[in-house]
Amino acid sequence: MTRYFSQEHEWIEIEGDLGTVGITDYAQGQLGDITFVDLPAEGATFDKGDSVAVVDSVKAASDVYTPVSGTIAEANEVLADQPELVNTDAEVGGWLFRITLSDASELEALMDEAAYKDYVASL
Amino acid sequence: MSEYPISDSDQEPEELAPMLLPLDGWHRDHGGRMVEFAGYMMPVQYEGIMAEHLWTRENAGLFDVSHMGQLLVTGEEGAQTDVEPALEAALPIDLSTLKLGAVRYSLLLDENGGILDDLMVARWPGGFYLVVNGATKWDDIGTLREYLPDDITLNHLDDRALLALQGPKAFAALERVAEGEYPLSALTFMKGGRFTLGGVDAWISRSGYTGEDGFEISVPGESAADVADLLLAQPEVKPIGLGARDSLRLEAGLPLYGHDMDPERGPVEAGLAFGINKRRRLEGGFPGAERVQRDFAEGTAQKRIGLSLDGRQAAREGAKVFHGEQEVGVVTSGGFSPSLQRPIAMAYVDAALAADGTALSIEIRGKKLDATVAAMPFVPNRYHR
Repeated sequence: MTRYFSQEHEWIEIEGDLGTVGITDYAQGQLGDITFVDLPAEGATFDKGDSVAVVDSVKAASDVYTPVSGTIAEANEVLADQPELVNTDAEVGGWLFRITLSDASELEALMDEAAYKDYVASL
Repeated sequence: MSEYPISDSDQEPEELAPMLLPLDGWHRDHGGRMVEFAGYMMPVQYEGIMAEHLWTRENAGLFDVSHMGQLLVTGEEGAQTDVEPALEAALPIDLSTLKLGAVRYSLLLDENGGILDDLMVARWPGGFYLVVNGATKWDDIGTLREYLPDDITLNHLDDRALLALQGPKAFAALERVAEGEYPLSALTFMKGGRFTLGGVDAWISRSGYTGEDGFEISVPGESAADVADLLLAQPEVKPIGLGARDSLRLEAGLPLYGHDMDPERGPVEAGLAFGINKRRRLEGGFPGAERVQRDFAEGTAQKRIGLSLDGRQAAREGAKVFHGEQEVGVVTSGGFSPSLQRPIAMAYVDAALAADGTALSIEIRGKKLDATVAAMPFVPNRYHR
């Protein structure tokens, strides 16, 4: 399994042609207490960079962009009752959706963990 | 991720570098996350908005609101007789009934009766002390200077900091450190007086922007950190950022200038005409009086209301409000209520649909969510009257 990161602070973990997407721990820390997550419908197709989900915190609503193009395979329904999982477990249990990739070459434009760490340090 | 800030003011030109307030270093030392607000760097949060919000509702929260404008209006030789009618000609509230030390809520109106700002007015010995919003203070000074005769002095007390201590334990914490000619308990809601805090001269009023019992404390800027340290040393007190200030005031049903009121809105439709008493309504003689009198007589097309939402998704400023298929208003503030654990909002809607319990809907990202007109405050006020 390989994990990539976007400049918009999403992470995507790849297993075959399926990617699991969430926001990074850095991103959840910036957003603060998350109160609601609006998730995409299964079967919906998106292009890379499309707004796919919305994360609501006490202070603001924030778009989550998909780092790859594809079709939504699953949304993390647990978040409907426990949106705070995105705060407490952003990079594991707080995943947002799974997407079937339509173009795996898009992953090449993303960062690995070390590059993302450097990127966050530069902010 | 991209963020849509909902409560940051857009009133200041962006190209100006943000200014630093007396407690800037103090906030950074205490873990405050600093953001630009009203032209200043201000702490939006320390440990987190939700925790800070709930702490304030249960204990005491210390807020730095030094970005707000503290103004002093005085007549020549401090003669009260001249300054009172002069300020009454500039503001719509009745000052003749405002006793020494008492504080009253007012609006600053333009000639058409549009709201330029909301403010607190206190009668001090020799004049009136005003607290206006940070983002609007420079414009307010210009407007007031225009409204006031030349022989009335308007001083911007920009060497003073302003703190707020809010919450059910604010009194216990402040009483421990406040010294004065009379005990702190002499102050009831909307009363103020002079005290010292650790030897620092302070003007303290029992008022605030959270719906809780609490105090607003004006101190010299150079002593602000000492006073903040003294207050924070009390076990009831934690520092609270602007984020929780916004969610607390929303639960309390208190409007935020630039969002829930602006020059397009008048005092009557905003539900903020309570300070304009019968005498001032009848006599007029303040900017915008004609519109206020007309709105009282004829009513307004829209009214500011509270909305309670189902589910967990919050409505934000700018969301359209519907009655069936018909667009009937707009959300001006909204968010998730930490105390109630559900979304709440303020909106302007057609006056015919403003009654409590009216079923409406709010369009959020293409979906219509159910909302019900709700009485404000959403969380009961606990002022010490």
